[in-house]
Amino acid sequence: MSSSKYVQLVDIAKYFGKVKALDGLSLDIAEGELVALLGPSGCGKTTALRALAGLQVLDRGSMIVDGKDVTFQKASSRGMGMVFQAYSLFPHMNARENVEYGLTLHVHRTSKDKRKARSAELLDLVGLSSHANHYPYQLSGGQQQRIALARALAISPKVLLLDEPLSALDAKVRTQLREEIRRIQVELGTTTLFVTHDQEEALGIADRIGVLRNGKLEQIAAPAELYDRPQTAFVAEFVGLTNPIAGKVSGGSIEILGGVVKTLPGSITSGAGIALVRPESIDVVASKSGNATVFSASFLGATCRLTITMRDGARITAQLPSPDATGLGAGAGVNVSLLDIPVFVKAAG
Amino acid sequence: MKQSFGLRLWRWSIISVVALYLLVPLYAMYDFSTKPYGFGDQGRTFRAWQMIPTQQDLFPAITRSLITAAIVMAIILFLVVPTAIWVHLKLPVLRRPFELLCLLPLAIPAIVIVVGIAPLYRWISINLYESPITLAGVYSMLILPYTYRSLSAALDAVDIHTLAEAATTLGSGIARIIFKIVMPTIKTGIINGSFIAIALVLGEYTISNILNFKTFQVVIAQIGRSDGNVAVAVSLASLLFVILLLLIIPTKKRQGSVLDVDTI
Repeated sequence: MSSSKYVQLVDIAKYFGKVKALDGLSLDIAEGELVALLGPSGCGKTTALRALAGLQVLDRGSMIVDGKDVTFQKASSRGMGMVFQAYSLFPHMNARENVEYGLTLHVHRTSKDKRKARSAELLDLVGLSSHANHYPYQLSGGQQQRIALARALAISPKVLLLDEPLSALDAKVRTQLREEIRRIQVELGTTTLFVTHDQEEALGIADRIGVLRNGKLEQIAAPAELYDRPQTAFVAEFVGLTNPIAGKVSGGSIEILGGVVKTLPGSITSGAGIALVRPESIDVVASKSGNATVFSASFLGATCRLTITMRDGARITAQLPSPDATGLGAGAGVNVSLLDIPVFVKAAG
Repeated sequence: MKQSFGLRLWRWSIISVVALYLLVPLYAMYDFSTKPYGFGDQGRTFRAWQMIPTQQDLFPAITRSLITAAIVMAIILFLVVPTAIWVHLKLPVLRRPFELLCLLPLAIPAIVIVVGIAPLYRWISINLYESPITLAGVYSMLILPYTYRSLSAALDAVDIHTLAEAATTLGSGIARIIFKIVMPTIKTGIINGSFIAIALVLGEYTISNILNFKTFQVVIAQIGRSDGNVAVAVSLASLLFVILLLLIIPTKKRQGSVLDVDTI
């Protein structure tokens, strides 16, 4: 039976001098789940991942994996598979030897035949069977990371830890490999913790996303919920684009752009506030006598992004389905209003 | 693309100058070692070369020096290299002091070192073992500036921290990381450092001579005092032997097909 608390990080803390890398982080990961830790540089996401791997000693807290307290267990015996941001294949071993390496060690030792079969299976899984005899210097960055993934999976890890494994790759390869990681993770059902500072990556791959700030968890939720219903201003502003629009809050609603929309839980409850409005929550209709003018338009394929100058001079960004934006070029008069989607409101000033 | 004639000429000029710089002394040694004895004599003679096998002290001295070199090599492989890796991996704060310590033998003249260690070697000779092989101890100290620099450069060129952490998460202990992961990765640095060390062990004269140990280089100097031609013939033979060794040492590249970076 799968456990909803397969991995538990309980009030973990790590201080580097006066810097609080982790400051009481608590997080549960269900068995077979992929959780992404998202946050700006220095928020503690990599420290949390390294602590779970056993590469970072904690100052406080405990870590439980599969019902066993691993807080003081050595990294070499924790059975965590890890893929690093930097290329980490052993340069003197070919792809097959790299994948088999973990299985030659006493912790996971298996017979030679089983090792061969396992490495062949994993190389096939990452689509690199034909590169089994290639050395790292003969592989591209994407190929190296796929071999690193196969190597991490070879030991049938309790938890797969991915430390920004795509950040050194170019955009196209990054997207392809991201989807491949997700496919493999779902196929194998491996519990995975994925660290990234790229929100698109996190939104595209994770079952749940934990947003970290100053060593603490701001919010953890499914991607859609995190995007649509942020609980703090930091989450609203960090995940996706927002337009800060000033308005007056009262009775769980805010008055902006000539309309009234509901506020999300966690917003201020009264007084002057700034609504953080998603570009796709703004409705734009062509109108010569409207309240705004299109400043510029960017075609993004399925959608079109408009930068609009309001009558008071403020600039906002709206995103529409491309067919709805036909004819809305620079200089076009438009009428801007809000769709009935709740927004997060932070205190003004 | 074809290289321009000027560029090729420039390259070959440099290669020729370097080749001359290296080969002319060797030819001069050959020329001197095959010169006839008397001033008026003409032609070539291989008398000096034929006399090499008759030098009684020479072959035991060569054996002793090679054994000493092998011991120094072992000290490099099992003490200096693991220590350097350990310092880089686990004690980065000690990198500077360690580097300074390793450079000290370069700053202290050989004669000063001899004066310092002479009483120690007297004690070793009397109470433990009297053999030039015991020089491996002092030589392994003398080679530190060269070997450590070479190792340090190799260690800096690779992200050994990530390699070590990857190996750790897969289940490796520190000894396995040092000997099975990091050492093969910095193999070139180790080989470079070792060659410099061997060259120093086979060429060092001051310390072994003052301590009265008959090493290869001391014996060559002795032969040179009685018969210069034979000494030069021995030196040239040993140089050719080392060059031959360098050519024989396997430089086989790992197998692998063409670089394929067009797919992810």
